[in-house]
Amino acid sequence: MKNKECVAMLLAGGQGTRLKSLTKELAKPAVFFGGKYRIIDFPLSNCTNSGIDTVGVLTQYEPLVLNHYLGIGSPWDLDRKYGGVSVLPPYMQAEGGGWYTGTANAIYRNLKFLHQYDPEHVLILSGDHIYTMDYSLMLDYHKEQNADATISVIEVPWEEASRFGIMNTKENGDIIEFDEKPAYPMSNLASMGVYIFKWDVLKEYLTADDAKSDSSHDFGKDIIPALLQDEKKLKAYTFEGYWKDVGTVDSLWEANMDLLKETPDLDLNNSSWRIYSKNPNQPAQYLSSTSRVRNALINEGCKIYGTVDTSILFYGVHVGEGAVVKDSVIMPNVKIGKNVQIHRAIISEGSVIEDNSVIGDPAPGSEITLVAEEGSIMANSYAMTQ
Amino acid sequence: MERIAGIINLDHEQDMLNELTYFRCGAAVPFGGRYRMIDFTVSNMTNSRIESIAVFARRKYRSLMDHLEQGKAWDLDRKRGGLFILPPDWNDPTDISKGDLQHYHNNIDFLRRTSAEYILVSGSQHICNIDFQEVLKEHKEMDADVTVIYKKADEMMPEYQLAQKLNIGEGNRVEAFHNEHYNPNIYMEMFLIKKSVLQDLVEKAIAHGHSHFFRDAIKDQLPIIHVHAYEYKGAHALVNSLESYYRNSTNLLKTEEHDRLFKDDAPILTKVKNEAPSKYMHGSDVKNTLVANGCVVEGHVEDSILFRGVKVGKGAVIKNSVIMQRCEIADHAVLENVILDKDCTITEGKTLIGAPEKPFVVAKRKTM
Repeated sequence: MKNKECVAMLLAGGQGTRLKSLTKELAKPAVFFGGKYRIIDFPLSNCTNSGIDTVGVLTQYEPLVLNHYLGIGSPWDLDRKYGGVSVLPPYMQAEGGGWYTGTANAIYRNLKFLHQYDPEHVLILSGDHIYTMDYSLMLDYHKEQNADATISVIEVPWEEASRFGIMNTKENGDIIEFDEKPAYPMSNLASMGVYIFKWDVLKEYLTADDAKSDSSHDFGKDIIPALLQDEKKLKAYTFEGYWKDVGTVDSLWEANMDLLKETPDLDLNNSSWRIYSKNPNQPAQYLSSTSRVRNALINEGCKIYGTVDTSILFYGVHVGEGAVVKDSVIMPNVKIGKNVQIHRAIISEGSVIEDNSVIGDPAPGSEITLVAEEGSIMANSYAMTQ
Repeated sequence: MERIAGIINLDHEQDMLNELTYFRCGAAVPFGGRYRMIDFTVSNMTNSRIESIAVFARRKYRSLMDHLEQGKAWDLDRKRGGLFILPPDWNDPTDISKGDLQHYHNNIDFLRRTSAEYILVSGSQHICNIDFQEVLKEHKEMDADVTVIYKKADEMMPEYQLAQKLNIGEGNRVEAFHNEHYNPNIYMEMFLIKKSVLQDLVEKAIAHGHSHFFRDAIKDQLPIIHVHAYEYKGAHALVNSLESYYRNSTNLLKTEEHDRLFKDDAPILTKVKNEAPSKYMHGSDVKNTLVANGCVVEGHVEDSILFRGVKVGKGAVIKNSVIMQRCEIADHAVLENVILDKDCTITEGKTLIGAPEKPFVVAKRKTM
């Protein structure tokens, strides 16, 4: 078989503890987003749309839903005879084995997978971010610069720079220093967790890293600093566009709300850059004569009898008569009874909110209320915490 | 459990939906916000565990093939069985078959190869949600040669003029087929038959120079063969005219009617388009309307159906209308009692008003 120019490795084993009960039984990349998607749809669709047809997905934490969702990759056109999507969980070997101990360790333990395709370059992705990005342009830059590794960066507001891994670069884009969450940032270029490595460089550094007993086997903490120390050619590739980490309940809520802007920075209707997802194939949504819907994204299979304002509804949601859903994200198959009030909340998949209950705090800036998976809010009750 | 194979016979279906069937056959006409007519037949079959389906296509089937693909949406892209679209391309000089018997004769391999013992033959004009396994159960209980499926109409609709009706005798045995309008037993153009019986009847009909399988081999042989009538009691709509298309489309806005047709345990499936959820902007006002994904609505929509990817501009007003895929309705346009076929554009401020009993139809890709 002909070798693959570029193979993607998607790190999808994270727990995402800051998403609280949303990731109680779900890997973070499988968390719902945007009325129709799961987070992992974004990097996978980006791969397909960028012409990358071979993706290894590294799983570890609560993989059941994620594995089932990925299947053979058909929603993203990744059901291929040569390449396609491969789920790569930790495994046992003759000499032992165990969990992945870090991002670099996860890739190191799957060098055999990469070796099958003998790629020239390896694209490392994470399943934590919402963005649309043409990886082929980054690959072009990486090849043009003949870099050993290229790291995608995005300009963040200076006042937020200390929350990110910051790249200090020369004017020509050479990375001279990687600064993890610096108290006094010298640059506002944040790493997006998207890397392209030359295959042989990656292999060499992962192998060397594995031998170091004091390493945390992490790309940001160990691999990148080791390359910098050896004065390898590291390039920063500046990405312009919408990119958002959805690692917390608040940021997940905010990213959803971003889609409701008059012209959102992330265009889900771009027919040349579709975000693919598994389709539940439900009937068209129905807005009744008693419904009032303003500033909302609503998916198929929904039935609306109440008021929906500035909210996102996934498939199969029912909103009863007299109910008000405002500034909220309602995940699939949630049933909302009559005269329910929901403000500034995320309601998890399959929850049942009985008649007359009140959820969330309508005050602007108040904490987002989270109703856990398959949660049930009894009639006439009141809920207002994460 | 005995296995059933399906045949969707489109040979007799006239393209009577005017502008909507200029470029496509009736089976490919969009219906219900995101479906095509044929989706109901195919989904009913796959929900009844029919996993081998042949489509006898005669005319204007390009759009149909594009829609069905290899049957992926119904899990019919498989190694055993699957979907077979069989267009009329035959060059056998010894072939003496005529009419729809040509399909049965020239595609006899489909029947020979399937391991199913029974064949369910259906058209595409009767929208319903039916379990064919129940039909088979009754078929075997009654030890019938053929079981035909009918719907007892509560009210005689104009579209039933064209449908065949059944006279049903003792033990639900069919005594006659006819077109008299008083009879409420509407034949749904669906029948179940043992494969070996079908093959025999086809052979005999061809030998006698017949040209219409159902009429000549079943209806005209009535006293000789045992034809059983199975009553279907669920949601039903016959779409064979523009008027019936329009009325039955807007009927879906009645919740009970809709829920009887779209059931969680027997879902109607269709080709997936990967559209984003629909977006309702500030100032949008949508009442009693079915909306598919990918729409962006800024205006006022009432008692209507919006297919996938429709844009409704600011101040636009849409009432009692069916707007198909990717139509764009510019700001302040007014549509009432209108059917827009796919990809139409209505320019700013334009008004189109049809009569409630006779909607104004705009053909595909028109700009008004």
